[in-house]
Amino acid sequence: MSERANDLLRWIPLLPLLGAVFHGVMIGIIRRSTPRWGVIAISCGTVGLSFVLSSVAFVALVGIPGDATVLVDRVYTWIGAGIGASRFTADLAFRVDPLSATMILVVTGVGFLIHVYSIGYMDDDHRDDRGFQRFFCYLNLFTFSMLMLVLGDNLVLMFLGWEGVGLCSYLLIGFWYADRWNAYCGAKAFIVNRIGDFGFLIGIFLIYTALVDAGVPAGVGFAEIASHFGAIADMTVATPWGSEWLLVDLIGLCLFLGAVGKSAQIPLYVWLPDAMAGPTPVSALIHAATMVTAGVYMVCRLSFLYAAAPVASAVIAWTGAVTALFAATIAITQSDIKKVLAYSTVSQLGYMFLAAGCGGFTGAIFHLVTHAFFKALLFLAAGAVILAMHHEQNIEKMGGLRRRIPMTHLVFLVGVVAISGFPPFSGFFSKDEILATTLASHLPGHAVLYAIGLFTAGITAFYMWRLYFKVFYGESHAPADLLDHVKDPDPVVVNPLLVLAFLSATGGMLGIPQIYGDPFGIEHMHSLNNFLSPVWPAAEPHGVAHATEIMLTLVAVAVALLGAGLAYQLYVRHPAWPGRLAQRLSGAYALLRDKYYVDELYDAVIVRPLVKFSDVVLFRTIDAGLIDGVAVNGTARGVRALASGGLRRLQSGLAQGYVVSMLVGTAALLWYWLR
Amino acid sequence: MIPIDHVITLSAILFAIGIAGVVTRRNMIVILMSIELMLNAVNLAFVGFNRLWPGGGAGAHYDGQVFVLMVITVAAAEVSVGLGIVISMFRNRDSVDIDDVSLLKW
Amino acid sequence: MELEHLITTVTFLPLATGLLLLATGVIANALGGSGLPPSLWRTVGFGSTGVTFLLSLGFFRRFDPTDTGYQFVEYTKWIPDYGVHYHVGIDGISLLLVLLTTFLMPVVLLASWKDVQKSEKSYVFFMLFLETGMLGAFVSLNLFQFYVFWELMLVPMYFIIGIWGGPRRVYAAVKFFLFTMVGSLLMLVAMLVVYSLFQQQTGILTFDLVSPPGGGPALLDTVVPLGGPGVAWWQTQYWLFAAFALAFAIKVPMVPLHTWLPDAHVEAPTAGSVVLAGVLLKMGTYGFLRFALPLFPAALPDWTPTIIILSVVGIIYGSLVAMVQDDIKKLVAYSSVAHLGFVMLGMFALNVQGVNGSVLQMVNHGLSTGALFLLVGMLYERRHTRQIADFGGVAKPMPVYAFFFGLVTMSSIGLPMLNGFVGEFLILVGSFLSHPWATVFATSGVVLAAAYMLWMFRRVLFGPVEHAENRKLIDLDWRERGVLLAMVIPIVWIGVYPDPFLRRIEPSVSALLQDMQARAELATAAPPRPEAVAIAVGEQP
Repeated sequence: MSERANDLLRWIPLLPLLGAVFHGVMIGIIRRSTPRWGVIAISCGTVGLSFVLSSVAFVALVGIPGDATVLVDRVYTWIGAGIGASRFTADLAFRVDPLSATMILVVTGVGFLIHVYSIGYMDDDHRDDRGFQRFFCYLNLFTFSMLMLVLGDNLVLMFLGWEGVGLCSYLLIGFWYADRWNAYCGAKAFIVNRIGDFGFLIGIFLIYTALVDAGVPAGVGFAEIASHFGAIADMTVATPWGSEWLLVDLIGLCLFLGAVGKSAQIPLYVWLPDAMAGPTPVSALIHAATMVTAGVYMVCRLSFLYAAAPVASAVIAWTGAVTALFAATIAITQSDIKKVLAYSTVSQLGYMFLAAGCGGFTGAIFHLVTHAFFKALLFLAAGAVILAMHHEQNIEKMGGLRRRIPMTHLVFLVGVVAISGFPPFSGFFSKDEILATTLASHLPGHAVLYAIGLFTAGITAFYMWRLYFKVFYGESHAPADLLDHVKDPDPVVVNPLLVLAFLSATGGMLGIPQIYGDPFGIEHMHSLNNFLSPVWPAAEPHGVAHATEIMLTLVAVAVALLGAGLAYQLYVRHPAWPGRLAQRLSGAYALLRDKYYVDELYDAVIVRPLVKFSDVVLFRTIDAGLIDGVAVNGTARGVRALASGGLRRLQSGLAQGYVVSMLVGTAALLWYWLR
Repeated sequence: MIPIDHVITLSAILFAIGIAGVVTRRNMIVILMSIELMLNAVNLAFVGFNRLWPGGGAGAHYDGQVFVLMVITVAAAEVSVGLGIVISMFRNRDSVDIDDVSLLKW
Repeated sequence: MELEHLITTVTFLPLATGLLLLATGVIANALGGSGLPPSLWRTVGFGSTGVTFLLSLGFFRRFDPTDTGYQFVEYTKWIPDYGVHYHVGIDGISLLLVLLTTFLMPVVLLASWKDVQKSEKSYVFFMLFLETGMLGAFVSLNLFQFYVFWELMLVPMYFIIGIWGGPRRVYAAVKFFLFTMVGSLLMLVAMLVVYSLFQQQTGILTFDLVSPPGGGPALLDTVVPLGGPGVAWWQTQYWLFAAFALAFAIKVPMVPLHTWLPDAHVEAPTAGSVVLAGVLLKMGTYGFLRFALPLFPAALPDWTPTIIILSVVGIIYGSLVAMVQDDIKKLVAYSSVAHLGFVMLGMFALNVQGVNGSVLQMVNHGLSTGALFLLVGMLYERRHTRQIADFGGVAKPMPVYAFFFGLVTMSSIGLPMLNGFVGEFLILVGSFLSHPWATVFATSGVVLAAAYMLWMFRRVLFGPVEHAENRKLIDLDWRERGVLLAMVIPIVWIGVYPDPFLRRIEPSVSALLQDMQARAELATAAPPRPEAVAIAVGEQP
């Protein structure tokens, strides 16, 4: 059974790839249109099959006795160069261990639901059948890339998936490319991601070079790095400014830069809010459930490295916490329904990194899973709202929708409750675990981190309930003729929502803390933890006393209630207050609403000066002016001047001049020879 | 016997007059005449030296004088060609001024 | 089939076809006809390049990856008194470059089928001539012969740019010719110095780089001194390397000797640009690897820092300048400067990974940049402008074009699964082992590449269709799709399964590096006594 399962692994990413290739060839080369049902069958079918295969692999994995739970499928050597120990190899090999099994289930499962949802959502494009097919082509390509990312057995394959999801993000954000703004947002995402990729690449090179220096076989496969990790764990690097750093810290930071780009943390988060220009299923799949979680996955995959890199872990935790708070503050002022959710995603990703930095890798993955459920749910429900409101995304123009779109309202409510962290919905358990881990960790300033996390939880509840109330409660601010057509979407759109709602509500069951099981004598309550803990043997188990745990839970719930209550007060009971508050604190309000002017800052400090410099200094002055103008053309002009100005005039045409020159020359020669 | 110094001096003076004529005069025919003058100056030098070192006895030779005959022949040929060119020039330009034929000028 | 003279056949078939057509035309003319029609020239020319490619596939198939020496070697004495011989052979490094050349030529001829309106016959002739020149340079193992082919390539290229090019074609052609020739002349002088050094040390006159089959003297055995008493400055490895390096650096092109490239590319016709970018630029890098590095390995510690710095500067400078161009072709030209900066970086890492990546990237660059120029050419054919501002939203009327353009763009910026990534990654890995800091700067080129290529892609293909003329653009026909497909298939293949290619490059590369190491040590040891060297070369004492 295991052997068969091993060979099947390659089909998990391969099936969506085949779907994408089929669509690509049909649209890109042959230009023959495929019937709609064909597109649906191929795209949803391949992803669905991948999900089935992932489940099979999961079952096979669970069935492996002992602790060495891993399935590996090695196909061929992709890149290989060098001889002996320093040989660099990157094989095309897939690895399923508990971590990647969790990820592939999430990716293919949630992905499948979003594929189904898209059938209804993208139906709008009836006039252009190929738009429909193009969308599913890109979705399949994305699924393939994401699966490569999580299934890859080595860093280079992970990088392949990493870049692949970046590409698909570019294509999907700018899907409606006729609008220049969409194309710009897509490019912004790709380029900012690439800045992160720069760090990722340097990290790979550092690991490889370190292994070569240590004299051990230098493969960049995860198993190889883990097994030889001891050889490089103590190496130090001298920085240009004189201090000494642990090499693994440097590696951890470089790789984390990649995560910062991909998972939209400070300072490379700026692409995510603008990515909302893409269709809503894209926002749900890529910018909530899967691609942005790649950074978290990477950190957890290299848990053994980060467990040995205290500085890097601290940086991760602090970046996560600060980003969580920062993004949450922006979210409370946004008027676009998708922008609120986008900043919420940035914030929740911050939580995941906070956990990972504190060594709580299980907590990070737990939150990743629950977040995938409820954020995808929220985005898709928001998509349903947008569809119902005929593409209106401004929440100021909504209100009172709860009776007109009851199904949508219900699922949206489930999502809001989940993300706010009310028990027994999933968000409560995962967020709680993160906060507990933070408090129990040994990082410097961990109490402050906990405070930030707690405070942000309150703000999260606040902005989510604000969103909910503004959309579904109160008076409607939409024009009357629009309201007549507002209704729930088709079942093909609603059914995935229902599934996700169910998962958001019950997903917490995966990670119920042990203390709830003890009174009943149930061992191994936290099934996710039990499942995942063999993957990170190096992580120290962080526990808090039971009493503290219960206290923390109560505090967290209280904070969430506070936030929700505040939102209720401001947006239901006293709707005039927010306006007045905004006017009183207009400076602060503008700062938050305009996202702290970070985009403008980047533009003014980095982008514009760079372009100006390239144009004026590099191109005009140096290239055209100095090199071409002075050196090349200048030499040509000099030679010309010499010839036409000087040498040419020797040809006077006057015979007597020539005679004189001959005489002078002869005399000189004779003098030279006879002296 | 005429001292060889006198011969050399006369030859040099005639040669210098010839060069001055070639370099300075503009009339083509005068230039040709000056060239003739240079050639004759050289002839004079040849004859003079032959008289100075005739060999003597069985080794007596008249190489210098024979060479003079060759020079005269060559001079004659060269002058006829030169005068032919001058006539051709005159037919084209109506002038025997050498400055009027600086066609190979830049 | 007979392997005996495969290289000669492959090399000279194009030129022979051209001469044959020429002769036939002259005879036809003399017999009262009007010569051969241009379509016949085109068809026969295309056929000949196609046959050449198929024959060259024989090299690939019969290449023995375990043999680190030269294969398919042919040797004939040409001018024995001066040591000039016809000596050709292929090893792992030149194999892929030969294939690239023979592959690109039929593609290019097919792509420019309707491009050229005047003097089509001369055009085909020059293309065939060019192919022979390039192939000859890649397979030459005799220095003099190499120089002949090296200079020979310039002539048809000069005419192709100068006759069928854009408005400033004469300036661009002359610039290209003179620039390259200046470097080549210095290289000639250096060659003659090495030649005379060898003669001083062994008494034999030869230009052969390696021993002919059956043993014999080879210039690689010259012990070029590093300095010392009785050694003139122009006989030292340092300066001889500089002379060779200058010629090749102009061709690569390395900053600051690169300014001929944008002009040549912009003014050349599409086919000319593709061949220029695809093959001619590789001559420079190939020359470094085949001649400059093996002959003067002890000069490398002195010169490597400079070359690494210039490579990194090339990467960053090329990318930044590309970002501010208005002409698509000029943008791609500067991107070539950046890409070849990577190639030089990998080469001077002087380890197997780096040089392997470097050789592979030479091929990759030929494919992806060649495809880019083909795409630009197709757009130019329709609108007769290359200014980015004249386009916008072209993906709407031309979706197939957008598909290919997107794919090639991704290859150019090094997206994994496509060829650019494999080469770039190996280069960076190898380079990091030798020069970590330079590699860090070079990796930023990865970000910049995405920036300028995506900027251009967006401005040309995305956005609303602003100009009315763009609305009626006709999408690619099957000939154009075929040409692009021919380029795209290897792009994807090398990206997904590069092993067959890497496997063939690697043994020659590692043998080269080991050889260089040994010879460098020999040169830094005590200055050689002539008799000792003579014994080493196999002469009787």
